[in-house]
Amino acid sequence: MPQTPAHQEQLDAVAHAVDRASRADAATLAQLKTEILGRKAGTLTLILRSLAGLPSEERRAIGARANQLKRALEEAIAQRELALQQEARAPKALDWTMPSRPVWRGAVHPVNAVTDEICEVFRTLGFTRVTGPEAETEDYNFTKLNIGLDHPAADEHDTFYLGPGVLLRTHTSPMQARVMEQYQPPIRIVVPGRVYRRDAFDPSHSPVFEQIEGLAVDEGISFVDFKAAIDTFVKLFFSRDTAVRFRPSFFPFTEPSAEVDAQCQMCRGSGCSTCKQTGWLEIMGAGMVHPAVFENCGIDPERYTGYAFGMGVERIAMLRHGIPDIRLLWENDMRLLSQFSE
Amino acid sequence: MIVSLNWLSDLLGRDLAADDVAERLAMLGAPVEGREELRPQLDGVVVGLVERAEKHPNADRLTLCQVNNGREVVEVVCGAPVVKPGAKYPYAPEGTVLPGGLRLEARKIRGVVSHGMLCSARELELGTEHEGIMEIRTDAPPGTRLLDAFPLEDTRLELEVTANRPDLLCHKGVARELSVVYGVPVKLPAIPNAPRGDGGAPRRVKQTGAVGGVDVSIEDVEGCPRYMAAVIRGVQIGPSPTWLEARLRAIGARPINNVVDATNYVLYELNQPLHAFDLATVRGNKIVVRRAAPGEQMTTLDGETRELTPEMTMICDGEGPTAIGGVMGGATSEVSEGTTDVLLECAYFDPPRIRQTRQALKMTTEASYRFERGTDYEAMPDALRRAVQLIRAVAGGAEPEPPIDVYPKPFKARTVVLRPERVAHVLGMPVTREEIERILVGLGFPVAPKGAKLHVQVPGWRPDVTREIDLIEEVARVRGYDTFPTELLPFRTSVVPDDPIEPLRAAIRRVMTGMGLHEARSLSLTGAGGEGAWRVLNPLSAEDAYLRADLLAGLVRSAERNWAVRERDIRLFETGRVFHDVGEARPREMQRLAGVISGERMPPHWTAQGKSPDYDVWDVKAMFEEAVRVAGPEGVVVEADGGWELVDGDGARHGWAGALAADRPPWAAQLYGFEVEVEVRDRPHPLHQPLPTTPPVERDIALVLPEGVSAVAVEEVMGEAGGALLVATRVFDEYRGDEMVGRSVAWRLVFRAPDRTLRDREADEALDAVLTALKERLGVERRQA
Repeated sequence: MPQTPAHQEQLDAVAHAVDRASRADAATLAQLKTEILGRKAGTLTLILRSLAGLPSEERRAIGARANQLKRALEEAIAQRELALQQEARAPKALDWTMPSRPVWRGAVHPVNAVTDEICEVFRTLGFTRVTGPEAETEDYNFTKLNIGLDHPAADEHDTFYLGPGVLLRTHTSPMQARVMEQYQPPIRIVVPGRVYRRDAFDPSHSPVFEQIEGLAVDEGISFVDFKAAIDTFVKLFFSRDTAVRFRPSFFPFTEPSAEVDAQCQMCRGSGCSTCKQTGWLEIMGAGMVHPAVFENCGIDPERYTGYAFGMGVERIAMLRHGIPDIRLLWENDMRLLSQFSE
Repeated sequence: MIVSLNWLSDLLGRDLAADDVAERLAMLGAPVEGREELRPQLDGVVVGLVERAEKHPNADRLTLCQVNNGREVVEVVCGAPVVKPGAKYPYAPEGTVLPGGLRLEARKIRGVVSHGMLCSARELELGTEHEGIMEIRTDAPPGTRLLDAFPLEDTRLELEVTANRPDLLCHKGVARELSVVYGVPVKLPAIPNAPRGDGGAPRRVKQTGAVGGVDVSIEDVEGCPRYMAAVIRGVQIGPSPTWLEARLRAIGARPINNVVDATNYVLYELNQPLHAFDLATVRGNKIVVRRAAPGEQMTTLDGETRELTPEMTMICDGEGPTAIGGVMGGATSEVSEGTTDVLLECAYFDPPRIRQTRQALKMTTEASYRFERGTDYEAMPDALRRAVQLIRAVAGGAEPEPPIDVYPKPFKARTVVLRPERVAHVLGMPVTREEIERILVGLGFPVAPKGAKLHVQVPGWRPDVTREIDLIEEVARVRGYDTFPTELLPFRTSVVPDDPIEPLRAAIRRVMTGMGLHEARSLSLTGAGGEGAWRVLNPLSAEDAYLRADLLAGLVRSAERNWAVRERDIRLFETGRVFHDVGEARPREMQRLAGVISGERMPPHWTAQGKSPDYDVWDVKAMFEEAVRVAGPEGVVVEADGGWELVDGDGARHGWAGALAADRPPWAAQLYGFEVEVEVRDRPHPLHQPLPTTPPVERDIALVLPEGVSAVAVEEVMGEAGGALLVATRVFDEYRGDEMVGRSVAWRLVFRAPDRTLRDREADEALDAVLTALKERLGVERRQA
């Protein structure tokens, strides 16, 4: 017959096993089950089996503790087995390199994006943004702008006609006259919009294109103000360190007139194929408003002076994005447009 | 305008560097657009003298030439149609490498060995002429290096000359600009072998005068305010001397004969077009300058018979027109090999009239180009004198009497008053009076101070200068635009308000790109007319004969183009103007917004096995509703044939959406589209709605809708019957089955009381009221399970 103290020690070991079971892995659990609860030689099985030969007092005390420990251990093992099962069933770690779920991204057309950006730059210089009719009259498109139809300067405007004296505007400049007739200075406006020339398509020409006109009129506006505004625009639009060059030119509605060149963005002025080795890119025609235009619009040319400018947006968009052919900007090819998402 | 650097150097009496000239001209307003170095690689080529030329024994089209190369006479086979014995040609001996890279070897041609070749201008890359070998008129003996016999090295600059500056269409004018910046005077180069003496000072007459027995008179004084003529007798027509030919070749002009070359030389030197008549062909001993009669015709130098109109100024002899004044001579009066006496015309034609004439004739000549821009009527006597001198130097002859100068109403010299303080006012910085004077005088504008002002006389070669601002530009230009600072000074804000369309278009872009659509730009000219489309009077082709009357047509074409490059997923929108003929002088311009979609609704992803459902009608309906919300006029979206329309209170249609017909490949998905008018109107900022503080009660119901009952009708009844407690209704399912009449549509109704927790009983009462109303008004009942 086993001695009582030995029973107590064994039961202490079982109590310790209850503790272990809550942290054990599957193999240890199996081992505990066999060693303690095994039907043939489990420690507790043996103890319980031996109770019959014990004095009744001892039998009660040891029996009660053995049964309590048996339940506790069975419960601990069951709980632990469940936890291990859940752990095993939990999903494997994700492959975080798998591609994400994409979304369709829409893009603003590069020509319109550049138009907006240019107008925003001029907004910082105090210019408001207006629009005007594309179907214009000869009067606004030419006469009021000091462009005589009997002068060869009109030849640069190969014109689509819509009716007698009615045409598709060849530039956004007619809005100069329309605005000056309607408002007294100070006037500072930019006018984006489509213009039309009777030119066949080629890599750099399109019969329809986008232009931005600018006009500033007030007392005391000088050639220096003109240069400053344009210089500031170029530096804000391109970059702070972009050089600007003003060359004399001729437009019937400005005088003095200028072509404005910006330092080539591709080669930074050292000469490349984009700038035809000159280091410069022509970006706009501009100048001081011709007094004849003021007179034609009812503004006193002695009191007021001003400047005006006009630039083709496609050309600037093409330079900015490296687009080689203006026709690409009219094809609405999804593969092209999707390249300009923000 | 093409200029020769050598020619400019001669006029300024110093050697010019091409780079510097190009830079300075650009900064004066005449940029160099093209530049060509005339540096022929002709080291081996020498002057060859053809001693004998006969037909090749074995080939009809070849000539067998005996060529003196300075050391010996060699046999050369030549393919040119004409080889003149006694003439000199460029001869390239065996071993020469021609500019094209061809290395010449002795070669047997049809049985005869050719030792080298006689060259055409094109073979030497000296010009484009290739019809014949290049005859050279030189005194240099055979064997002389061609480059030594013939001054061919030069730099050709192609200048972009603006329409206001006819004076820059000649070498003297360009040199004049450079003379101001270089500080050297312009001097016409001496003419080699110039004759001494001349016929004397021109005789100025008001109406009619005679020269060489020919009466000259002007009837069309408006078209031709001044007409001068000189007669040179005893010329011998022939080739020009080498220096003259070389000068013309250097600027790309083709030598013709000595008299014509001389007039062309003066044209390119002084910008005065001249015309040489064979005096013997002037019929009736008179020249009359008059308007063409209606219906009159004449044959011009180019062999074309042309209809004349009264805006044209004709140069006529006793029998009829011999030249279209300022544009082109006639075939009958041309100088030819037999000409001995020449009548040289030097005239000024009215620019607008020349413009009308050349537009009517659809032709532009070197002469009309210059007259149209304005020539220098003051300089005509000098130009004529120089031309006479030059003709006599190169073709011989004498000028027995002074030229006649018919000048009925002499132009007044133009004086423009310049206020130096106005220069400072416009340019924004002071320019000293001395500097202003230096610049203007340097450009040939005599300046006379009158008090604080300057009286500036405008020279005849500057028709563009008519008012003070023109002189201010001259000052700024010559001083250099780069000498003015770029200091940003304060400015006043604009009184002109922004056009509200632009922020609206920006909002459209945000909404449409947010839905994944790309912004398109379509041409506003189109080949498709359609109802209300405005026709262009002078289209380039049928492709741009109309202004677009809608945006969708262009987007459909864009979709088709995308399909053509095998792009299946199409998502495009456009906002822009359309044009309608509404019976007014101009088309009415309206802003529209349109979009097209086709293909996958979402980009494919592996979680869905790389598949996405294609867009369907419900997608385009959503986009249409968004378009209407952000940009459209007020109205409701209603069902229409195969889609939806936006209609206003009067029933007028302002937009459409639905499936579109298109030229679609079999693999492409259905194309859907929408278009809506864009209306600028007050779209008030949303007002804050207090967020609910009480919980909602939701009820899901399935209703059976008989045929003809629409979802929107059901929701309308729900809204009315549900009262204030019903805060939202949402369709979440639709079922159609054979076992039922009509269809089953499931709604979720959300009830809420703003001030308390709604009890189930209250929600059920509200739901019952809804169901009762639906049954009574629409015959809609709850679906039985």
